[in-house]
Amino acid sequence: MVKYMSKRLLRSLVTVFIIVSTVFILMRQLPLDGFLPNVDKMSQEQIKNSLALLGLDKPIHVQLGNFWKQLILHGDLGTSYVYRNNVATMKVLSTKIPLSVKLGTMAILLGLLLGLPLGILMAKHKNKFPDHLGTVFIVFIEAVPAAVYYLFIQLYGTELFGLSLLFREGDWRTWILPVFSLSLPDIIYFAMWIRRYTVDESTKDYVQLARIKGMSEQKILYRHVFRNAFVPMVQYLPSSFLNTVVGSIYIESLYAVPGMGGLLIDVVKKQDNNMVQAIVMLFSIVGIIGLVLGDLMMVLLDPRISFVTKGGRR
Amino acid sequence: MPLFKSPKLVKLEENMQDQLREHMTDEEAFSLAKFDEKEVERVGYSNYSYWRSTFQVFRKNKIASFLVYLVLAILLFTFVQPYLPNQRDPFIANNDTVSGKPLRNIQPGEKGFIFGTNSIGQDLWSRLWAATRTSLIIAISVAAIEALVGILAGVLWGYVKACDLIFTELYNILDNIPSSLVLILVSYMLTPGIGTIIFAMSITRWIGMARFIRNQIVIIRDREYNLASRCLGTGTFTIIFRNLLPYLVSVIMLRVALAIPEAIGSEVFITYIGLGLPATTPSLGNLINLGRQLMLSPNLRYQLIYPTVILSIVTIAFYVVGNAFSDAADPKNHR
Repeated sequence: MVKYMSKRLLRSLVTVFIIVSTVFILMRQLPLDGFLPNVDKMSQEQIKNSLALLGLDKPIHVQLGNFWKQLILHGDLGTSYVYRNNVATMKVLSTKIPLSVKLGTMAILLGLLLGLPLGILMAKHKNKFPDHLGTVFIVFIEAVPAAVYYLFIQLYGTELFGLSLLFREGDWRTWILPVFSLSLPDIIYFAMWIRRYTVDESTKDYVQLARIKGMSEQKILYRHVFRNAFVPMVQYLPSSFLNTVVGSIYIESLYAVPGMGGLLIDVVKKQDNNMVQAIVMLFSIVGIIGLVLGDLMMVLLDPRISFVTKGGRR
Repeated sequence: MPLFKSPKLVKLEENMQDQLREHMTDEEAFSLAKFDEKEVERVGYSNYSYWRSTFQVFRKNKIASFLVYLVLAILLFTFVQPYLPNQRDPFIANNDTVSGKPLRNIQPGEKGFIFGTNSIGQDLWSRLWAATRTSLIIAISVAAIEALVGILAGVLWGYVKACDLIFTELYNILDNIPSSLVLILVSYMLTPGIGTIIFAMSITRWIGMARFIRNQIVIIRDREYNLASRCLGTGTFTIIFRNLLPYLVSVIMLRVALAIPEAIGSEVFITYIGLGLPATTPSLGNLINLGRQLMLSPNLRYQLIYPTVILSIVTIAFYVVGNAFSDAADPKNHR
């Protein structure tokens, strides 16, 4: 177990290293105005001096080395020169991260809260009206791009309930639509999963036995099926995490939530290379942490799962 | 050994041996048999045909069958529309023939504009179909590249041991990066255009397909029936096409079909960020983005609603057809 986890962590670190280095090297190939906002008005001399000041004139591997040194020793992901004038990107981000995390966590919880009952309802009425209705809903959310239905939720949601179009942290009502939109992919995933699992499992021997013993369907569902279904579901949590992260890019910008995702769109439009780089790196790192946590939780939750290979494997 | 042999069976066996003796001498009977492809492929009483069964199962799904025709009709219409009579140029800003004033924001159905005009007077109907064309070209290219590269890489990954480590490590890295981030990063670095979008979406997608193919190959490759085929001397290509491919078709088709709604969605997303196609090129992303900026005035909302309706029909149709076809193409669902 410890051996597996340390191996898993090491592998993730290698992945982080490769991703961060690749992103860094790619970003250095971009035109200079992403680093020096006034590059058009500067003379050759000035450009040279500014580049030397920022350390951008050195060979790429030296720059990469410096970047890693800064990152490891100071947790520094570079400095913003365009979006903010000469402010460390981490300083800009540090105020935005907690809000994004809060929004994402609420969305995943809401996804569980609405998705599981929906799935159970569909399984209970298999091939009847509620099941069909749920399937239509799932197909719609799965097939139609999120970018489109998020827009309509904002448009009609704010009109119907008289809510504000824009997000304000102090006003709880403005949280409703962003969190709900963000949770939609989770809702349908959990619903789909629980429905299929419950349907598949209801013909298994242990359920049959429970039924013969006279256990009520309700009890079978919660005592047996549900518990077994939960373990593989944990596996999905990391990708749900990733989805939420990506979804937040669009949602935060739509509702003007001052979080990380909205910021990414801002800095892309303003062409601040270092900010784009920092956010992309941070998002990838968050994604990888999510995957590791998902694996860890699965091992902890289910004693039957072991990732340590035993003898006899082909 | 069965304990009891039925008299009928005994008689049958005797008959068979008699027949054998009639046809060949001892020497012949104990010599090496020649490889006969027809004999190898001969199966018992079965007129099973993979593709016929697939279509039979598919036709039972009424909704999907209807949507197939819808998809075909939309595809056909999208590409034929510019050549139909009385179509306007999607790029020309229309002016009133009498007064010469630009026809801005004409409501749908008025003055001969089926879907009205946009804020600079371009015909929304022809723009919409031009946009669908652009988006479909992007989507189909992404799907085709994924299928081609994914299948090739997957077969290599599954069959060639030396490739396994490289591909697995590559998968571990690529799979950890959200594809939207790659899309944003690549679009940020390159000049916006159809090629950039196709490239950005294809970089990470193929590995998912390759992974599926590889897993299926590893699972199926050493099954008994393939072992039997190999022992009977069937060639590798025949094994791949007759024994392996039917199991892969369903997965391949599903991923190809789902790549299309995803690619269309990605285009909308990347356009919203401001890294999509140039605003002059009609694409569903551009139309929706323009419509979004007008959505707060209810009488101009049609400029958002028409593109989204077409987009939803296309994406849902591809999604449902893909799923239904993949169910039908799975040999396990054939009776």
